[in-house]
Amino acid sequence: MAVHQFDGVIVGAGGAGLMAALQASKGAKIAVVSKLYPTRSHTGTAQGGIGAALGNLEKDSWEWHMFDTVKGSDYLADQDAVELMCREAVETVYELEHMGLPFSRTPEGKIAQRPFGGHTREFGKGPVRRACYAADRTGHMILQTLYQQCIKQGVTFFDEFHVVDLLISEGRTAGVVAVELATGELHTFHAKGVMFATGGSGRMFKITSNALTLTGDGMGILYRRGIPLQDMEFFQFHPTGIYKMGILITEAARGEGGILRNKAGERFMERYTPTLKDLAPRDMVSRAIHQEVLEGRGIDGKDFVHLDLTHLDADAIHKKLPDITDFVETYLGIDPTKQPIPVQPTAHYAMGGIPTDASARVVVDDKKTVMPGLYAAGECACVSVHGANRLGTNSLVDIIVFGRRGGKSLLEDVKRDPLPPLPADPEKQARERIARLMAEGGQRVSDIRTEMQARMTEKASVFRIAEGLTDVIGRLKQLRKRAESVRLTDRGKAYNAELMEAMELEYLLELAEATAAAALARQESRGAHYREDFPKRDDANWLKHSLVWRQPDGSPRLGTKPVTITRFEPKERKY
Amino acid sequence: MDVRFEILRFDPARDAKPHWEDYTVELEPTDRVLDGLEKIKGERDGSIGYRRSCAHGVCGSDAMKINGRNRLACKVLIRSVRQPIRIEPMMGFTVHKDLLVDMEPFFKKYRSIRPYLIEASERPDAERLQSPENREKFDDTTKCILCGACTTSCPSFWADPNYVGPAAIVQAHRFIFDSRDEGKEERLKILNEREGVWACRTVFNCVDACPRGIQVTRAIGEVKQALTRGKVD
Repeated sequence: MAVHQFDGVIVGAGGAGLMAALQASKGAKIAVVSKLYPTRSHTGTAQGGIGAALGNLEKDSWEWHMFDTVKGSDYLADQDAVELMCREAVETVYELEHMGLPFSRTPEGKIAQRPFGGHTREFGKGPVRRACYAADRTGHMILQTLYQQCIKQGVTFFDEFHVVDLLISEGRTAGVVAVELATGELHTFHAKGVMFATGGSGRMFKITSNALTLTGDGMGILYRRGIPLQDMEFFQFHPTGIYKMGILITEAARGEGGILRNKAGERFMERYTPTLKDLAPRDMVSRAIHQEVLEGRGIDGKDFVHLDLTHLDADAIHKKLPDITDFVETYLGIDPTKQPIPVQPTAHYAMGGIPTDASARVVVDDKKTVMPGLYAAGECACVSVHGANRLGTNSLVDIIVFGRRGGKSLLEDVKRDPLPPLPADPEKQARERIARLMAEGGQRVSDIRTEMQARMTEKASVFRIAEGLTDVIGRLKQLRKRAESVRLTDRGKAYNAELMEAMELEYLLELAEATAAAALARQESRGAHYREDFPKRDDANWLKHSLVWRQPDGSPRLGTKPVTITRFEPKERKY
Repeated sequence: MDVRFEILRFDPARDAKPHWEDYTVELEPTDRVLDGLEKIKGERDGSIGYRRSCAHGVCGSDAMKINGRNRLACKVLIRSVRQPIRIEPMMGFTVHKDLLVDMEPFFKKYRSIRPYLIEASERPDAERLQSPENREKFDDTTKCILCGACTTSCPSFWADPNYVGPAAIVQAHRFIFDSRDEGKEERLKILNEREGVWACRTVFNCVDACPRGIQVTRAIGEVKQALTRGKVD
């Protein structure tokens, strides 16, 4: 048994994990453990920008950013956490610039900013230029810059180590167990503190912008260890995924003047959100697209619409949106300056996840009880700053602000706390799980996964209804049963990705069921969660977060927790 | 349509040497080569080793040799390649399993050029200023995703594995031509050594291989020029 001892372990090497590592490794012995090479993390695919009220091109303030975030969340976000995020966004963006992030620049040489969905001036009067960007590869630049700084600082990495279990002893976090992919051997990381920064779970859906590796590992591992998950019913569908493929076309395309059109060529968003039009928040735009399709106004009567950039200056598109131009040319054979882009909503972002406080410490109930030594940040976490619907650019703000805060908390705590003992036979659960998966079964991982993804996209996406959700829960239970006896053709130990995928599938199935169950329970429509049978928001009964615990048989048990409201009382959401 | 693949398989635990295996799967012409690999792995043989993540050309995981040229499997469509589609690992690094190569020597080269902003001056309260013209000078090389396609297509690297290689030079260029960086001299010194930029013979394979369209040879040329003239710009 290989045992490594560290003060703290950070699981995941995207923006949140690397930001935390930069903080924590200043004063403690920290390891970053990731199933990927850090530069492969999904932060690198973020395109349009990171929101911060720098006011480089016009007046802006963090209060406006806070208001937009709260309103965008359909009033479900915790306002104390949102306030912290929007205030600290400004200094963290400057910090990124100081680290060397190559932002695009204004003529005066300041960080360039552009409009984005739901970001407004003076509490909703009109769009504001708040998204700080580096062409349409802002996430790539963030990921590269943070990794560069980690090299500079000598951060310790365990690349291609797949974390499969959380260790708990005497009520405290004691480390993690990981599979070294190159050898298939188990490793125990014994530590005082563990932060999960493992990203999202978009691969539970068929049409998604998410990487093949976004399988909810961190949420899944903690859920299996008795930690609840929060607000799982809120999953964001980004309005503009490339038709059938789900690849993201940034909202910045609309920020730069792109227009959505139906088969009649009509700019239909004018009917839905007359003030912000195409720059309304994502939940509203995705629903509008669905509505157009339902009423027969999809292109060729099919389930997609057009994103039209043809009226914009071709040079500006090539300069400001070079990557999406490349995607559209590569995957569709289309020149976006001459032809409209076929788009449809794509599963994009989990607003829900591992509940934390604003210091990224994991809280395990409705009374703010902290699990000692456990932290989470980024998409896998739920602070909650996004509530029922995240605004564009705020995911990057979230990972940087709360990654940093979490790294500081981790450092502070490990300096003070003793190392808890390892539990007896720490690798037992992981070993038994692997033995079970490697045993001779009859079910193919890819078959179960394909069926789960199809059902979730069909029944638990933009529009939901009790009947469909009940059906999908039943199917998921059957699929979980089938997943108990998988057949793996790879019998080797080295780089057994099939085994890794079998474990990822276990997480996805349970998270999908938690999502569908929470969606069925919430009898209202709020943000990204839209119920055809309950089309109105119901603050009297549902202005609260949901929690879900895993029961011993793998099925979910539901609860709730209050929302923190400070500055902005809930109002009807109009744009 | 039925699509035929030939994949170079090698499991060092079992095989004395690599061998080709054939697979035929049904795909759409608009599918990616990666979709083909995923289908083969999911339905035919789960033991095929390769890396992949984002599946749209941004993360840099799935660089491999496709019909003789280094490409990202997620950026090549079935309709654009001749069949059978022959897939091999990138050349020049140790093969761990099938298409999986040891990337550590690649990242070691990357780390050798000190790939981070070197600051001597105090940080200001707000952002440092940089004119759009100065930002433009290193725009092309900020696009690098460290996939390894350029370095493993380079004859100079095949001949001398110690050559720092095009990817590391691209990364160095990104800092050398950044007006905010204050470590140009030490980086140029590293690249002036025997295994540095002078090993480049301007074969241009790297330009063909780069999935991000970076003008790699031009970037290397700009670094050579900076060395010759003893200054940047």
